[in-house]
Amino acid sequence: MAILEVNNLYLSFGGLQVLHDVSFSVNSGEIYAIIGPNGAGKTSILNCLGGFYHQQKGEIFFDGNNISHISPDRRAALGLARTFQNIALFRGMTVLDNIKLGAHAHLKTGLLGAALYWGPAHREEMALREELENEIIDFLEIEHIRKQPVGTLAYGLQKRVELARALAMQPKILLMDEPVAGMNAEETEDMVRFILDIQEERDLTIVIIEHDMRMIMDISDRIMVLNFGQKIAEGNPQEVQKHPEVLKAYLGEKREPR
Amino acid sequence: MEFFLLLLTSGIAVGGVYALIALGFVLIYKATSIINFATGEFMMIGAYIFYSCTVLAGWPAIPSFLIVMAGAGLLGLLVEKTILRHMLGQPTISIIMVTIGLSSILMGLAEMIWSSQFKSFPALFPRAPIIIGDLIIRSNLFWGFVVAMVTVAIFALIFKYAKVGVAMRATAGDQLAAFSMGINVRSMFTLAWIFGSIAASIGGLIVGNIGGVQPNLGGIGLKIFPVVILGGLDSIGGAVLGGFIVGIVENLAGGYLDPLVGGGVKNVAPFVVLVIILMVRPYGLFGRKEIERL
Amino acid sequence: MRIGDFKESYAADEAVFSTTTSRFWLMVLFVLLAMFPFWAGEYLLYMANITGIAIVAALGLNILTGATGQISLGHAAFVGIGAYTSAILANRFGLPFLLCLPLAGLASAFFGVLVGAPSMRMKGLYLCITTLAAQVIFEFFFVHWESLTGGIRGLNITSPQIFGLDIGTEFGFYWVTLAVVVIAATVSRNIFRTRVGRAFIAIRDRDISAELMGINLFRYKLYAFATSSFLAGIAGCLWVNHLKSITPEHFPLHESIRFLAMIIVGGLGNILGAIYGAIFMTLIPEVLQTILKFFEGIFPQAMSFLFPLQTVVFGLLIVVFLVFEPHGLAEMWVRVKSYFRLWPFKH
Repeated sequence: MAILEVNNLYLSFGGLQVLHDVSFSVNSGEIYAIIGPNGAGKTSILNCLGGFYHQQKGEIFFDGNNISHISPDRRAALGLARTFQNIALFRGMTVLDNIKLGAHAHLKTGLLGAALYWGPAHREEMALREELENEIIDFLEIEHIRKQPVGTLAYGLQKRVELARALAMQPKILLMDEPVAGMNAEETEDMVRFILDIQEERDLTIVIIEHDMRMIMDISDRIMVLNFGQKIAEGNPQEVQKHPEVLKAYLGEKREPR
Repeated sequence: MEFFLLLLTSGIAVGGVYALIALGFVLIYKATSIINFATGEFMMIGAYIFYSCTVLAGWPAIPSFLIVMAGAGLLGLLVEKTILRHMLGQPTISIIMVTIGLSSILMGLAEMIWSSQFKSFPALFPRAPIIIGDLIIRSNLFWGFVVAMVTVAIFALIFKYAKVGVAMRATAGDQLAAFSMGINVRSMFTLAWIFGSIAASIGGLIVGNIGGVQPNLGGIGLKIFPVVILGGLDSIGGAVLGGFIVGIVENLAGGYLDPLVGGGVKNVAPFVVLVIILMVRPYGLFGRKEIERL
Repeated sequence: MRIGDFKESYAADEAVFSTTTSRFWLMVLFVLLAMFPFWAGEYLLYMANITGIAIVAALGLNILTGATGQISLGHAAFVGIGAYTSAILANRFGLPFLLCLPLAGLASAFFGVLVGAPSMRMKGLYLCITTLAAQVIFEFFFVHWESLTGGIRGLNITSPQIFGLDIGTEFGFYWVTLAVVVIAATVSRNIFRTRVGRAFIAIRDRDISAELMGINLFRYKLYAFATSSFLAGIAGCLWVNHLKSITPEHFPLHESIRFLAMIIVGGLGNILGAIYGAIFMTLIPEVLQTILKFFEGIFPQAMSFLFPLQTVVFGLLIVVFLVFEPHGLAEMWVRVKSYFRLWPFKH
């Protein structure tokens, strides 16, 4: 059953056509990868899904709703969460506060309740803390850095905190933009382990952009290949690996001798 | 009708002067992305230096003018090297506040050196009013406009054709790329501050010539914000256009509305226009919307 | 790291004053504040009152500019709106002080939302200049809407009362100011313990990511404007009831800049910072005056330099703090505390 359906997406900035008639659908519970050379438009797809970029043409359906034109914060409330290629943590806050922020759309405290605090707001905060500690912080092994400002953390830990924050959004689908970029083999293994554990425990659908081919081929159920804003292949890892268009995009064509 | 034309021409004339002062702001912003809230105070210091040279020391106008340029350039250099150097990479609010702090320092120093009394210096231009058709324009306004426009034109030409101008535009566009091309980015910053300071001071001379000098002359510097927001923060042509718009709006509004409300419209009108325009075009008339990358 | 910091519940972990030591010092502070008016003279009480009013205004600006990152050059205008509202309500409708206070806050909050709403699409400098425009425009109305505001002569009010007790004396007003400061600081702190405060900081740090996390930018920016102006309005009401008279000269652009200086010198986005900054920037002019009076014996003209010297020192403080101590007094205080906590060890 398709939880995400993207139909005929066109995106351009001025004269630059970034996405050209991109369509795909993602089934509930699967790990769906989007790969392609740099500049192919992968992050732009995620940005359209999130509502940050506004597509010129095309429709997006998520969990039965047409989200093509609704604001980013409402899409988040529907269960669309994302991590970013360049870490987008909020530097003015600690790890714990960043993660709590992920739960924003699911909390109810308003301005007045916040000003008065004791009472409903306090109860909500404590319940939130307990839930986050049990479900996420323990799980991702970040208890020891809870109170630290995020700017002081190592890169790998920052990525993990970002994942924690995305999980706090109680997502139905998780869009991950290069989650293991810049990591060594061990860190990559850790991150992959977390991703697979999360996916299994919460029956989450994951859309992942990555360049690490080994990782992608290992964990993905299906892969879409993008080049110059167009979909050039789709299928399971075996099919995609052998696809002639994919090989051409990544390795280039054989040039005729002059 | 005559009244309207009179207001219009005064507006254009004063607009030209605003354009010059705004140029002082734009030159700095263009090259360094720094928003200089002390532009008005640079203006004021320029006027005071001229006063000191011509009135206190009794020197003739032309050498005094050159000293003003040198003094302004020196001030810009000092400010850049001692203060702004340290603020590279700091958030916008910090940089804005530093220049606000600077404006306070300059204003206070001016009062300590020259006292808060109103001072005036000998007229820069021949006194005969300029007559165009039925309109009589005050000479200091007319010649001030001419000088302002000439100065703006000179700076515009430097920016477009001279090597140093091209280098500054390159630095404004992409600092890292400019570095790699062998441009001394640090010198470009200093140069931007020197140029900006000189432009503002010449504007200060013109304004001081019209109305005399006081430490709070820099208050006019506030008006350049509507000018540069309307014209686009980093466009010289925009500064000119913005200057004219503000000058004309100010004079028309002041001329027609002042009797109704008892004065003060001149200072408010540009800001009202500003708010209206920003509501429709949040990046100003000519500003470019930055496409943010995620 | 604090040694021996062991908590058994999340509530204890998240408490604002979570250690016995900090609670002890808090008690000491309250006792000192309560004893202060009994031995302080008229002048010191006056200073305490104007400092308290500055603290309330600074706390407001801290929420909008320090925490949410929307630079406001119009804060003094909002304080003015609160002051004028309070004076008009007292003079024309005979409303008592305790009613004027929240109403003044609401009036300012209303205008704050009015200014903030069209600014929604604007970012950075453009928003800042819009607040500057608001400041200029409100100043114009303060001066020219004479039937309402009394024009350049301003408005006077009679000595305020609470339930028949005259609080118009410095001594009486001190308690009011103290109460308001404590409430304002508590409310500020409370906001940052909840999702509202976190949303503010997120908007400051990365507003696009904040939106993608589910934060409605428009609503929360309006909340920031509203809360900030509300506190400004309260400060304005205190101001007019303390001085018993206001004129447009009390709320110029320079005053907006003074408030900005307070939160910057104190430390942006930091409640303690706003308090330290307000105290510091209010006391400095007085300290300067005392120093110059001292020198008057030697240089008879010293006092004529007072006003420009204050201006120079004001600017100098801003520049020096921004260059050398960008996180302000709050950061300096944290360093001092760490030093003593670890003493005699170095790390």
